[in-house]
Amino acid sequence: MTTQHAEADQPYPYSVAEIQEKSIATRRAVISEIAVAGSGHYGSVFSAVEIFTSLYYGFLRIRPEEPNWGDRDRLVLSKGHACSGIYPILADLGYFPAAYLETFTRLGSRLGDHPDMRKVPGFDFSAGSLGHGLAIGAGIAEAQRLRGSASRTVVIMGDGEQNEGQIWEAGAYAGARRLGNMLGIIDVNQVSVDGPTKEVLDMQPLGDKWRAFGWLVEEVNGHDIAALLAAYGRYDARRAISGAPPTMLIANTVSGKGVSFIEGMAEWHVGYLHGLDVERALRDIDSMFEVSK
Amino acid sequence: MSGRNPTDLRDPGSFDHAGRDHGANHFVTGQVLAELGEKDGRVVACAADLKYVTGIADFEDRFPDRTFQFGISERTMFGAAAGMAASGLRPYVATFASFAGLLAFENVRTDIAYPGLPVRILATHAGVSMGFFGTSHHATEDLAAMCSVAGLRVMSVSDSESCRRIMHATADDAGPVYIRLSRGADQPIYPPGSLPDSYGSGVPHVVREGSDITVFATGIMVRSALDAAEALAQDGISVHVVDVYQLKPLDSAAIAENLARNPVAVTVEEHNLIGGLGSRIAEVAASMPYRGRMYKHGLADEFAIIGPPTHLLEYYGLDGMGVSAVIRRAIADERSEGLSLLPLWTDQDKRAVLDAKSTKSASGTGAGS
Repeated sequence: MTTQHAEADQPYPYSVAEIQEKSIATRRAVISEIAVAGSGHYGSVFSAVEIFTSLYYGFLRIRPEEPNWGDRDRLVLSKGHACSGIYPILADLGYFPAAYLETFTRLGSRLGDHPDMRKVPGFDFSAGSLGHGLAIGAGIAEAQRLRGSASRTVVIMGDGEQNEGQIWEAGAYAGARRLGNMLGIIDVNQVSVDGPTKEVLDMQPLGDKWRAFGWLVEEVNGHDIAALLAAYGRYDARRAISGAPPTMLIANTVSGKGVSFIEGMAEWHVGYLHGLDVERALRDIDSMFEVSK
Repeated sequence: MSGRNPTDLRDPGSFDHAGRDHGANHFVTGQVLAELGEKDGRVVACAADLKYVTGIADFEDRFPDRTFQFGISERTMFGAAAGMAASGLRPYVATFASFAGLLAFENVRTDIAYPGLPVRILATHAGVSMGFFGTSHHATEDLAAMCSVAGLRVMSVSDSESCRRIMHATADDAGPVYIRLSRGADQPIYPPGSLPDSYGSGVPHVVREGSDITVFATGIMVRSALDAAEALAQDGISVHVVDVYQLKPLDSAAIAENLARNPVAVTVEEHNLIGGLGSRIAEVAASMPYRGRMYKHGLADEFAIIGPPTHLLEYYGLDGMGVSAVIRRAIADERSEGLSLLPLWTDQDKRAVLDAKSTKSASGTGAGS
């Protein structure tokens, strides 16, 4: 009963340059969302934007017109506080009207600062409490393997989140079970709430740890769209081999990427841009790919 | 029960006399699960290094590919079960109640109940049934914790027939279910096939009609309440026994009706008096024009002492003898009108049990009865 995916199920095969444009548009949308809320997670959203856009516009097989399609690829955002970076993408793909974004965090909105899968079409799992997503992803991967589905399960975690014990329980499980249909991505932006992750609780060397847990580990620049897409491609090639281990992609990123005066600063884990700062931020964002274009 | 079973708590040499009574009341969870699995290909089972004592091994015998072993990582098991349920499966997750209801509480709440996923939690060895394993392995807070989780259906099994009926009755639920069980070594209550069709639907089951006092019991306390009722009948005291096998949602109308039947009511539970059956019934009493006296009997906000399970039940007045004493005192108590907070099982009662039991070894003649 193995299902094959048609090319049509990856409906938006964008070029690298187009995905860069999407990344800029996503950051702009996040600034608008946070303007509604008056507070938001700029740092940990902006570090992950290229991960999000490369997945949604370049890798995931999904059907926005059929959000609950059983053989769709799943994305579990374990670092749920970055969901405001995914909402604009889901709206852009047509999962829900863009007008939803204007209600972000307001009373009765579908869109909170942590995602609720029952309220947000296209969100595969609720999140917010760190350390949960990898186990949930492992369960999804088991179910899809049992069903004989070719579906792939992607779990995005933070590097601060690696402190959580349950991550390692689930990592041991997925490694031992050789859940090759799983792709883990760690957004290593090196910042958590109280300061640099290295000072709060250093989890390096992460690669050695994950290798020891039975995962195949790759490191990548998490803001380089072409490098991310290439890494997904290598994962996909391995996945086809029976008995392949799960893959952990260690994505080296910069907290607050794209806005010069936020980048790398723990103070901006949660914050609010206003006035002239918004204009400065938007100028930075619009020019962020100019060198590489 | 299949295969090697080094941790079978019912093995000879295990920790209490009643537990050695093989076959008297085996866990039926795995067998019932296999029945459900035959009918529904979505049914899968998850274990966390306790597949034998929870009965999951019986399901695994029949469906090895649909059984998942997580090792000693309960939180991951609950999270993964949520992922499985979100992908169309119907996972049954089994572990001790202390781990299901307490260790993995946040996973039950955030991963399973918040998204409203159809995961069934088989929480075995609840109350003080782990005996001298101690408080780490007791679950006398799980009902309070689970009843406070929105959208979670909370069931409490009183014997193997009750287990069978409850597992079937909840099999098609669209949302999550917590099923509290004891350790499968308990005296049966219901002969196979004897329960009405309504059992499992949520309507509390009147086990025995009575006209002097209403006793609400849950789990294996139903057996204790029945033992008490039978003993008291010989003295002309008529006890109305209700098996409250579903604590949430609670059928308030039926509870109110049973409260109103008699001037006195007692709740009996193997749980802290705060947040469990007694609290649930008191919520109903407080929201109706209740004119009777109501007493809660269980663990009075305390951690249990060490001892074999049957001895602990005696110590806390939760066996038939203890419950009958509590019922007599409740009927005789004229000190207060309305809701009573007076303990009907005292430190003196506990001391008497302790003095009688503490020096006797498990292999001695007086143990376990």
